[in-house]
Amino acid sequence: MDLRVTEAPASPAEREAVDSVLGPPESGWSGGARTPLDGHVAIGGLSRARDRRRLLLPALHALQDRVGWISSASLGYLCARLDVAPAEVYGVASAYALFRYEPGPPVVVHVCDDVACRAACGGDPTGPIAARFGPAGSALGRVDGRAAVTWQPSPCLGHCEHGSAALVQQAGERGGRATLAPFTADDLGHLVSLLTPERSGAPGAPDGSDGPDPMGGLLDLGSLPVPLALVPQVVAEDVGSAGGPGAPGWTEGPGPRLLRRVGRVDPTSLDAYRAAGGYGPLRRAIELGPTGVIAELKDAKLLGRGGAAFPTGAKWEAVARNPVRPHYFVANADESEPGTFKDRVFLDHDPYALVEALTIAGITTGAEQGFVYVRGEYPLGASRLEHAVGEARAKGFLGSDVMGSGLAFDLEIRRGAGAYIAGEETALFNSIEGRRPEPRNKPPFPVDRGLFDRPTGVNNVETLLAVLEVLRIGGLAYAAVGTSGSTGTRLFCLSGRVTRPGLYEVPMGATLGALLSMAGGVAGGRPLQAVLLGGAAGTFVGPEDLDLPLSFEGAREAGATLGSGVVVVLDDTVDVAGVLERVARFFRDESCGQCVPCRVGTQRQEEVLGRLVAGRPLESVDAELALLTDLDVVMRDASICGLGQTATSLVTSALRRGLVPGVVGNGVTRDKAAAARASGDGEREDGT
Amino acid sequence: MTTVAPGAPGAPVTLRRQVELTIDGQAVTVPEGSTILEACRSIGTEVPTLCYLETLTPVNVCRVCVVEVEGSRTLVPACSRPVSGGMEVRTDSERVRTSRRMVLELLASSVDLSTAGGDVDRWIETYGARPERHGPPALSTERDRARAGEHEPVAVGTAATVSQAVKRDNDQYVRDYSKCILCYKCVEACGEEAQDTFAIAVAGRGFDARISTEMDVPLPDSACVYCGNCIAVCPTGALMFVTEHDLRARGEWDEGRQQVTRTVCPYCGVGCNLELHVQDDRIVKVTSPLDHDVTRGNLCVKGRFGFEFAEALDGGSR
Repeated sequence: MDLRVTEAPASPAEREAVDSVLGPPESGWSGGARTPLDGHVAIGGLSRARDRRRLLLPALHALQDRVGWISSASLGYLCARLDVAPAEVYGVASAYALFRYEPGPPVVVHVCDDVACRAACGGDPTGPIAARFGPAGSALGRVDGRAAVTWQPSPCLGHCEHGSAALVQQAGERGGRATLAPFTADDLGHLVSLLTPERSGAPGAPDGSDGPDPMGGLLDLGSLPVPLALVPQVVAEDVGSAGGPGAPGWTEGPGPRLLRRVGRVDPTSLDAYRAAGGYGPLRRAIELGPTGVIAELKDAKLLGRGGAAFPTGAKWEAVARNPVRPHYFVANADESEPGTFKDRVFLDHDPYALVEALTIAGITTGAEQGFVYVRGEYPLGASRLEHAVGEARAKGFLGSDVMGSGLAFDLEIRRGAGAYIAGEETALFNSIEGRRPEPRNKPPFPVDRGLFDRPTGVNNVETLLAVLEVLRIGGLAYAAVGTSGSTGTRLFCLSGRVTRPGLYEVPMGATLGALLSMAGGVAGGRPLQAVLLGGAAGTFVGPEDLDLPLSFEGAREAGATLGSGVVVVLDDTVDVAGVLERVARFFRDESCGQCVPCRVGTQRQEEVLGRLVAGRPLESVDAELALLTDLDVVMRDASICGLGQTATSLVTSALRRGLVPGVVGNGVTRDKAAAARASGDGEREDGT
Repeated sequence: MTTVAPGAPGAPVTLRRQVELTIDGQAVTVPEGSTILEACRSIGTEVPTLCYLETLTPVNVCRVCVVEVEGSRTLVPACSRPVSGGMEVRTDSERVRTSRRMVLELLASSVDLSTAGGDVDRWIETYGARPERHGPPALSTERDRARAGEHEPVAVGTAATVSQAVKRDNDQYVRDYSKCILCYKCVEACGEEAQDTFAIAVAGRGFDARISTEMDVPLPDSACVYCGNCIAVCPTGALMFVTEHDLRARGEWDEGRQQVTRTVCPYCGVGCNLELHVQDDRIVKVTSPLDHDVTRGNLCVKGRFGFEFAEALDGGSR
């Protein structure tokens, strides 16, 4: 490949940002100053260039954080440094929502308007913001004579228990991100006021030769208040008193297991973590050896919490036994399913647990290199995890001799950049490799060809944390918790119109009603309209389903899914149509665009729903329903990955339950719906 | 080292294990490693394809080739899935027909398929796709500026399309992305599968995903070397010779009046075969046979576009 890049020179700030990740350029060939030697010596070559492509995403982050956008010149410099074609880098960068390609205000406030906050706020949370500050994209505040702030709506930011949230993204020398939750129009007003004083004449941060940097210091992101973790102090035994013995799937609870340390142990101290039982499981894993650990996981009958419920022991064994080397192990902390915030709670408040669990996974499966892929919207979690990794490394819990075992394991943290699809395991591999976050075709499966085409284990955070518990109490003891088909405990993210929203841990098989009771039931004692179970890719269940046992088999039998443990409570005042439209918009925005059923199907689903909600069906309501059914079939059956295969799930479930405006539930005539509309009965006709 | 073509006298005999499967109830035996598509074609069963091409690694993104495989939760792409012993494949079940119909309908309702060829029209008819039921097309324009994760909804009652202005920024070929089904073939041909130039890639995501140079710069500012290998693999006419594009615009393009002459490229010594498409004594397009040992359908800028001299000579002789 003859690399052709723009001749415009990157600014010193841009070069500095890229060099902060890649180091200084080695020669004129890779963007450095030309020297006579360059005509005679080539450094690196293709294989090294391939090896460095994995630094693409971190380098794009560095540019975004430092300069606020990715210019043509900075793209050229980055490409010269990595020996990757500019078109490819643009293709990668433009697949993520947190990168920009044109200059704008240095502070961008992403305000969540997704389903959980929508339910909690009783409408679109960005409504009051738009009313006071103008529509999304409005220029607010002034710094150095330029607009300082703008706002835009955002998909779920994973702070659902607070009922509202915003991600503040700032460019400049103090560039970076911080989350504010809860977040109201007043909070945006406060941010704007911090950035409003005209600072003309105040020296910007010098960045070398170009004089003052207009995007120098702005907000001190570190001084912004850290959102609290809402983990109600309700222990799992309470399931008994709430659901009552004899309730379907009722099990004597063991007390909080995964949540044991959250909110109680200093998340920034390895010593505190160890004093609270940390690194006991790793010691045990070293004693047991890979075969022993895998046997414990099999005894525990632990199933993956990522959605597919694949047996963890079997997955680890397949990686461990694969003769191809090297192996990799990846922790998927890219939770982006609307309504999900469990990974965030652990990253923020128990980061060592994830480091320890991933270390166990690594030494068990023969991987010496691990990755944690953290959502780009979790700045606090990423920094706490980074701190934890550094401390673990310094104290011999990571590195060439883990806990004196002679085994090597280390891990790298990768930050996502605003792409739900990157949570799909093979898209996540592509993202780490510096490629577009597009899912790969399966087979081959990751245990055979995963990250860098090598055998790779990948688990989500909750599964890895459960491994700690398995090793702490033993596989058989673990299997005694929960139901026979779904062992152990499960985390549930309660949000919306519930009295005490937060992260709950209950034994598998506890009923939905018991879980809601633990959380104090519907806020204000209002009637329950529906529960959004499992996330945007989940289903609605109704007030008549409170006996639903929350286990893999229980959900499956009811035609529902536990998904990522999302429980968004919708009372009778919540506008379900608005929720559905938001979900349709979510999938339209988050599809990677690779396959036709999902790329065009998500667009069409949004359109049909828009017509139904507006009461303007194209031919007839029947025709629109037939269209939705066809979309559901082709997307479920012919999409490449789970995103497309589940993108119609919630709308289909709402149709079945009569929650879609203008449409009564299954089996009830549509004529009635039409008649109701004709008689001016309102646009909505709820089946509840 | 000598190279001997497979099957030629003296070629080493390689024994590929044979695999037995059934397709629509019919027993089929094909060599191990064949795809379902190859197995179907071996018995004359038609499987529609759009993003597939013999000379490129299957990306299986269009999903029009999906078939039902016993035991599989979802349909599987025939173009890329290797056969396995005892596999039971159904290519014409209701499930398969529904998905194919919908894929065609989704494409036809969002993309201009007017130059995609007769097969596509026939499949739309055969499977009963009704693109019009998605509503009248909405015209989009600023697709190249779309940002990941946000979009403006189209007017209620209209169907979003990929329509946009034709890109004409060089003398060789025209890019009309209103006709792009995003099959990835041009990206493959430009990049690692043939040309190793990487002038274009897929950018953006979801319905806004598009083929683009970096920051959508015009081709002359990109790495493009005008080999035209992207044109050769484009299944819908989104990429087209300027000559063909202009003749079509004037309503004068007529394949019935064209003669295709196979010859050898006169420029260098590689020996690439050319197919000169000639209409009214003028070369209107140059291709190379996909099955040619040397080119596998690929050419360089000289073979693809350097034909003006032939007309100059011709003109001179007259």
